[in-house]
Amino acid sequence: MESTRPKIGVYICHCGINIAGVVDVEAVTEYASKLPGVVVSRNYSYMCSDPGQTLIKDDIREKGLNRVIVASCSPRMHEPTFRKALAETGLNPYYLEMANIREQCSWVHEDKAKATEKAEKLVEAAVAKVLLLEALEEKEVDVTPACLVIGGGIAGIQAALDIAEAGFKVYLVEKTPSVGGHMAQLDKTFPTLDCSACILTPKMVDVANHPNIELMTYSQVESVEGYVGNFKATVRKKARYVDFDKCTGCGICAENCRLLNRIPSEFDEGIGMRSAIYLPFPQAVPAKYTIDPERCLQLTKGKCGKEGPACKASCQADAVNFDQKDELLEIDVGTIIVATGYDVFDAKRKHEYGYAENPNVMTGLEFERLVSASGPTGGKIIVGRDKKGEGGFEPKKIAFIHCVGSRDKSLGNEYCSRVCCMYLAKQAHLIKDKLPDAEVTVFYMDVRAFGKGFEEFYDRVRREGIRYIRGNPSEIYKKGDDHALIVKVEDTLLGTPMEYEADLVVLGVGLEPRQDVREIIDLFKLSQSTDGFFLEAHPKLRPVDTASDGIFLAGCCQGPKDIPDTVAQAKGAASSALTLIARGKVKVEAQVSAVNADECRGCGLCVEVCPFGAIELVETNRQGNIVNVASVNEALCKGCGSCASACLSGAIQPKSFKDEQILPQIAVLGVRTE
Amino acid sequence: MNEDFEPTIVAFLCNWCSYAGADLAGTSRMHYLPNVRIIRVMCSGRVNPLFLLNALQQGADGVLISGCHPGDCHYLEGNYYARRRFVLMRKLLEHVGVDPGRINMSWVSASEGAKFKDIIEKAVEGAKESGPMEQFKRRKINW
Ligand SMILES: Cc1cc2nc3c(=O)[nH]c(=O)nc-3n(C[C@H](O)[C@H](O)[C@H](O)COP(=O)(O)OP(=O)(O)OC[C@H]3O[C@@H](n4cnc5c(N)ncnc54)[C@H](O)[C@@H]3O)c2cc1C
Repeated sequence: MESTRPKIGVYICHCGINIAGVVDVEAVTEYASKLPGVVVSRNYSYMCSDPGQTLIKDDIREKGLNRVIVASCSPRMHEPTFRKALAETGLNPYYLEMANIREQCSWVHEDKAKATEKAEKLVEAAVAKVLLLEALEEKEVDVTPACLVIGGGIAGIQAALDIAEAGFKVYLVEKTPSVGGHMAQLDKTFPTLDCSACILTPKMVDVANHPNIELMTYSQVESVEGYVGNFKATVRKKARYVDFDKCTGCGICAENCRLLNRIPSEFDEGIGMRSAIYLPFPQAVPAKYTIDPERCLQLTKGKCGKEGPACKASCQADAVNFDQKDELLEIDVGTIIVATGYDVFDAKRKHEYGYAENPNVMTGLEFERLVSASGPTGGKIIVGRDKKGEGGFEPKKIAFIHCVGSRDKSLGNEYCSRVCCMYLAKQAHLIKDKLPDAEVTVFYMDVRAFGKGFEEFYDRVRREGIRYIRGNPSEIYKKGDDHALIVKVEDTLLGTPMEYEADLVVLGVGLEPRQDVREIIDLFKLSQSTDGFFLEAHPKLRPVDTASDGIFLAGCCQGPKDIPDTVAQAKGAASSALTLIARGKVKVEAQVSAVNADECRGCGLCVEVCPFGAIELVETNRQGNIVNVASVNEALCKGCGSCASACLSGAIQPKSFKDEQILPQIAVLGVRTE
Repeated sequence: MNEDFEPTIVAFLCNWCSYAGADLAGTSRMHYLPNVRIIRVMCSGRVNPLFLLNALQQGADGVLISGCHPGDCHYLEGNYYARRRFVLMRKLLEHVGVDPGRINMSWVSASEGAKFKDIIEKAVEGAKESGPMEQFKRRKINW
């Protein structure tokens, strides 16, 4: 294959005493010097150091080496370092092979003789392989200077704004009719108690007005193709049945809707009502009405009252349009940020707490809507109202329960949701603020006040006369006919069982992966961690990257977090996306698969197994016959090599991991040493 | 079982999970038997079943494939292919009389250094029980 004779240099690293303390490096050097093709074999204290690298580079230049073996630590550690050294001399960086004699030899074996013998074998296998390596070309592709952000919660909003501010195009796609996500539903935010709407609304308005942001609400990504730098996404803009440009957001339509106050409002978590034509909440962005196609009489039954739809009749801007259709839009972007957020734990799954049966057992998120001045009660703490929003009572004894659906293996959620301790402390404070005479008790397992200002806040709340009792309730049930609820719990600090009587119980529901998480996984081929949230590329060093290049994560879709952490991660994701966009070019994997067209049978097995859709069959002329031959799209191929194991003729092979490069390694390593 | 016999095990590890797990065993200084020799591939799906056969022909007394846990594959589904191929290959090898104790497959994530150590010990033990691999012995093959 290569006409020039191989001239191999072997470099054995001592790594201080990390390797040399166990492996006899002199013996390995000696052994290597006798292997075929080896012209120089040396050892040195730290090969990765500057003098170590210079040693290699000088030999390449002076002795005309054309292959290099470094026997040292794991290639996962220093392969890029030594590749760079080769490249600096003008030698192709893919003529390097490493033998891992530290992590997989000196650090794990004690018997010096055996470790040395193993190191020799590993070096010999590397020599066998390096003889057959080929020069590879690192290709660069252009990056489309635009980003697709999916999810318009605070994470998506922040990421979109950062990228837009840097001067690049952003498509922000939000599933619901308004941006804002869960943060828009919150009243005050811990630990500073700033009003959520006050800090969020300006940002919501900014994303709608920014010249670089194309906001697509009530929309969903249908499909994505392509690869880092060049994604093509199809977005479905669902019909709102309201002309976006004509609607002034005045709200007269909703007031005239025959279903006014008859449909539970998603935004108000079902404790408030809306009409079929609606704005999710007063500060919604965009301030455009939407008709709920599942509830609207005209759309479901084809008929609304005797006189026809009142919304349409009452709209002075003539914006209501029942003939509107979904629109499909194609967009080209270079990077993607997934910021799809979370769902709260479904409290019905914790049967013992009687959430489904008792209206005065509510979730923390419902409570946010209850205390919010923009909520259905105008911020008054009144529970047990009827469907018309009448009646109800003001609670006197309120119990807050920690860890509902978190840290609970029986429900499949082993993890801590990270926000509940603090939001319950905040809510306990808000109750005390509004109802100073109420008795407020918090039942907790542990209080995790880890963030900046959290411990101080928790301390302040306790000093306000809020009682914290350590215990995880076993049951919550109704007592008698009035509002009284019994919280059955053991105070684990005193070791005494107790039955606490309350007339309002707030469940500190945890954060869970969204119910529809599969949609996103299938779309972007993301992986999940054991907790079901999206998996980052590395838990410490690549917390916003995914295993798919060019796709980043922001916010709670990656795991539960509070707003400050969400914003920080969103900024991280934005900066990662910007790095690619600003550079304008991205290197694509050089170790991709290649097809030997003469040997390909055109069976298509490789096409079937390729997880990236990188292979297709193309017609070619083989000595006058038109035949199908596999062809690899190098930009899509990630070099896993699954195709090669499926191929019956061995025609398709991943570069640097070809059969003919691996078999010689097996031939060396498979031989038993007597 | 021949206690003195030191088997050779050839292991094929995927770059992202199992090779990283083996590295972690090293970083954590977990000692295990020196009988195993590792070949790095990018994905367990790259392991052509013939590699196993080839290793046994060369004289290896045991083989091991290890990749990411189901659902965690860096290349999405390569480990599923690896598993299917492995099952077939093991059946075939059993059919021609190779002791199944020689043929190992296990999922090891990048955080499972301890598990890696365990599977190595198990593979060595399995091969020791099966004794030296003589079935496919043939003249040295030259590549
Ligand atoms: C009761 C409660 C109280 C809290 N109080 C506080 C507090 O006081 N202080 C604090 O710091 N944190 C608090 N939090 C945490 C806070 O809610 C989160 O940190 C924050 O909302 C996370 O934002 P996000 O953008 O990641 O997710 P989300 O707010 O969930 O936003 C995700 C967005 O993506 C959209 N989306 C989802 N899927 C798709 C899709 N396929 N296509 C398009 N769009 C999609 C959703 O519609 C949504 O708009 C509280 C949480 C709860 C449950």
